[in-house]
Amino acid sequence: MSAEASRPAASGAAWQPAPEQGWVSPHVASEFPGLGIASVVVDGRARRSPEPVRRRLRGLSDRFYGSHAIHMRERPIPWAYRVFFRQIGLDPDRTRTPVEELALERLRDGAFKGRGLPGDALTIATIETGIALRCFDADRISGALCIRDTAPGEALAGRPGELPAGTLVIADERAPAGLLFGAGGEGLGVGRETRRVAVAAVQVGGVPQMAVDEALWMVAATLEAA
Amino acid sequence: MPDVLDRESPAELLIGDRERSARAEMRRQIGRLEGELSRLASEAFPRLAIETGVPAAAREPRALGLGELEAVRDALAERAAEARRATRARSAEEAANRQLLARMLASPADYKWLQISRGSLGEPGCGHWHSRPRFGLLGMLMGWWRVRISSGCPLSGRLAAVERGEPGR
Repeated sequence: MSAEASRPAASGAAWQPAPEQGWVSPHVASEFPGLGIASVVVDGRARRSPEPVRRRLRGLSDRFYGSHAIHMRERPIPWAYRVFFRQIGLDPDRTRTPVEELALERLRDGAFKGRGLPGDALTIATIETGIALRCFDADRISGALCIRDTAPGEALAGRPGELPAGTLVIADERAPAGLLFGAGGEGLGVGRETRRVAVAAVQVGGVPQMAVDEALWMVAATLEAA
Repeated sequence: MPDVLDRESPAELLIGDRERSARAEMRRQIGRLEGELSRLASEAFPRLAIETGVPAAAREPRALGLGELEAVRDALAERAAEARRATRARSAEEAANRQLLARMLASPADYKWLQISRGSLGEPGCGHWHSRPRFGLLGMLMGWWRVRISSGCPLSGRLAAVERGEPGR
């Protein structure tokens, strides 16, 4: 990864736009110290990745081997996500952590699949840092993103039925935007009509803030450069 | 109001605190066991496939209760114990095979036609040691036995030729 690609254009000074730290409901924060969400909004829309991004994805595929995938879970950040999955009732061998899902896809398909933007930017940053990242249409998100548990009667847009009370979700000021490590609400994703992308990084206990910042930088820089 | 007061009684708060501490301790143990299981699985690969999955406690992500965390912790502990047992058994088997190979190398005639693969010694690659007679039938009749070491994994070019059905390559 080149320094030019990993840092936004205005490197040297404070990075703009700076990541915004979301909040975690006190009840959830007391159960999961270290859980956090940070997000950054950048101009961008869903489209085909330009050649430099595709080249970088190919390069990443070429230097990612089976041994990386095998030993990945021993590395601190992927391990932290696996532990958190266990702690919230998910089996990471069935519901894969984002970085393990990508690693499995690389082994199965022989390369990281091109998804266009912003998907490719997320793939690059997730593989490089191990951080779990999500994207939303910034203009459809109201206020700061947060992590909280659902109240009875709450539902995810486009999904039939209510969410069980106490489900951990990423939410904006109005409603749940997506399950924490799961499906997103319909209409909140990045599409052709999107003009601004909200990139969110979910931090769990044991994951350093520096890695979260780096992941957000990477995605923002890739989207801004494209 | 009495209900609220009851809930906030010191005894209830104490129990709440203890439960929270117990849940934190369960989460810490889950983290430690997950780390151990991951290490065992990585070390054993590719000699041994270690099962690391445990049943999911929930369909959607949520904060688990003490009982559910205990169930996850116990399942992980069981998986880790199974993994340790399997790793120990496999190591013992490999050690026995290494001793057998040493004996076969020292006296090939005592282990006629025996073949020991690199995999059974826990070594990577496709090679094997094979006790065979020197000069074929003559050696077999004369008792001239030796251990031959195979040349390793087939070359990809040869495999491709086999797939294409090309003879003599």
